[in-house]
Amino acid sequence: MSVKDKVIGIIAEQAVLEPSDVTMDSTLEDLGIDSLGLVESIFAIEEAFDIQVPFNANEPSDSDFDISSVATIVAGIEKLVAEQHA
Amino acid sequence: MKRVVITGAGTINALGHSVAETCEAMREGRCGIEQLEFRDVERLMIQIGGQVKGFEAEGQFNRQQMALYDRFTQFTLFAAQQAISQSGLEFIGELASKSGVVLGTAGGGVSTWDDNYRAVYEEGKNRVHPFVVPKLMNNAAASHVSMEYNLKGPSFTVSTACSSSNHAMAQAFQMVRTGMAPAMVTGGSESMLCFGGVKAWEGLRVMSKDACRPFSMNRNGMVQGEGAGIFVFEEMEHAKKRGAEILAEVIGFAMTSDASDIVMPSKQGAARAITGAMQDARINPEEVGYINAHGTGTAANDKTECAAVADAFGQHADNLMISSTKSMHGHLIGGTGAVELLACIMALRDGVIAPTIGYEEPDPECALDVVPNTAREAKVNVVLSNAFAFGGLNAVLALRKV
Repeated sequence: MSVKDKVIGIIAEQAVLEPSDVTMDSTLEDLGIDSLGLVESIFAIEEAFDIQVPFNANEPSDSDFDISSVATIVAGIEKLVAEQHA
Repeated sequence: MKRVVITGAGTINALGHSVAETCEAMREGRCGIEQLEFRDVERLMIQIGGQVKGFEAEGQFNRQQMALYDRFTQFTLFAAQQAISQSGLEFIGELASKSGVVLGTAGGGVSTWDDNYRAVYEEGKNRVHPFVVPKLMNNAAASHVSMEYNLKGPSFTVSTACSSSNHAMAQAFQMVRTGMAPAMVTGGSESMLCFGGVKAWEGLRVMSKDACRPFSMNRNGMVQGEGAGIFVFEEMEHAKKRGAEILAEVIGFAMTSDASDIVMPSKQGAARAITGAMQDARINPEEVGYINAHGTGTAANDKTECAAVADAFGQHADNLMISSTKSMHGHLIGGTGAVELLACIMALRDGVIAPTIGYEEPDPECALDVVPNTAREAKVNVVLSNAFAFGGLNAVLALRKV
């Protein structure tokens, strides 16, 4: 399974949606994921890929990790996974 | 001063998953203490407890709730649903903004601490679930009850070891009595039956390996239990106006501190709490027909408690009944006073006195009528419920038949 499919699967589970309902341009807000849901999703992603996501819930916009849409989250995770294997 | 009545009760404990099941077990003198079942139990010296069996949280709560609710919160919400539904109260408008929830627990989310310490220490994991803190905090259960039922008034959690529930209910009582709140949800819960929870208690060397036998000469210690007891305390006129069924009246309480030792109980501290509760309730000692004892089954508690009762009641100590239902459901620590209040309500409403089971040999230092082994029919109008905690913090409640 690709990184993208795995991340979408995790986000879909959190949003209680089918993966097909999670599009790349959706925001977490669109999907009904609140701040607690967000940290839970990040935890699930960290567990799934065995990576450390640099995200601070106090300053989401200042974090090195862009959560503005599903696409930016997937891109961020792909980069972290690539760095981990490098 | 307003009068305060109980209009709802709910529970889950080793004797049953409802008030009716629990009272039936108490009437039959059934023991809910069994072999414990959880991970690593074989490494414990103490392997018995009043464990809640057959409770499937999966069917009760959704996935998101499951991630947030420690077992002590699950028990609380399960019992609160019964109590609030029985009361018939719907918390909206003024009633919602003034009513709150005060609960007791000694340990809070003990199994959440246990599971996550295990993950980081034993399994070497470096990451824990983001809900660990909101799940384990001692006020989690009270907060979830407030959210579930729209209780927007004073809400908090009291943690005074084995007196937690009695202290919590005393607070709720006081809030309704003074007119601060028209109704309060109160009681307590505990869930320490996991490896770390029982291991910690083992260290004190006060636990029995085979049974809880309060007041019996051959008693050899306490046995832990788990569960919750939740009640709705309501201002009497408020309850009468809406035609609510009234289970009992709460008429007084007292709290005292031994100010002497962190674990050894004091006769004076206990006796002052008993006498204080009777004074607060404006009753004569002769009116008290039954006491639900703290009765832990330890050498120290039971003889101290009997001596305190003898001091507080004088001659009348020989005429009243005193029993410890911990012999059946175990010691629920911070939730114990709440589950034991059910025995008090049963005594007042049904005229059935729950027995002290496991009683085998009289102890001259506990020479009171402890209702040994078999429940008894008796008419009582006033009852007391004792709780004497580690740390010397005592809380006694007084109830009257309605």
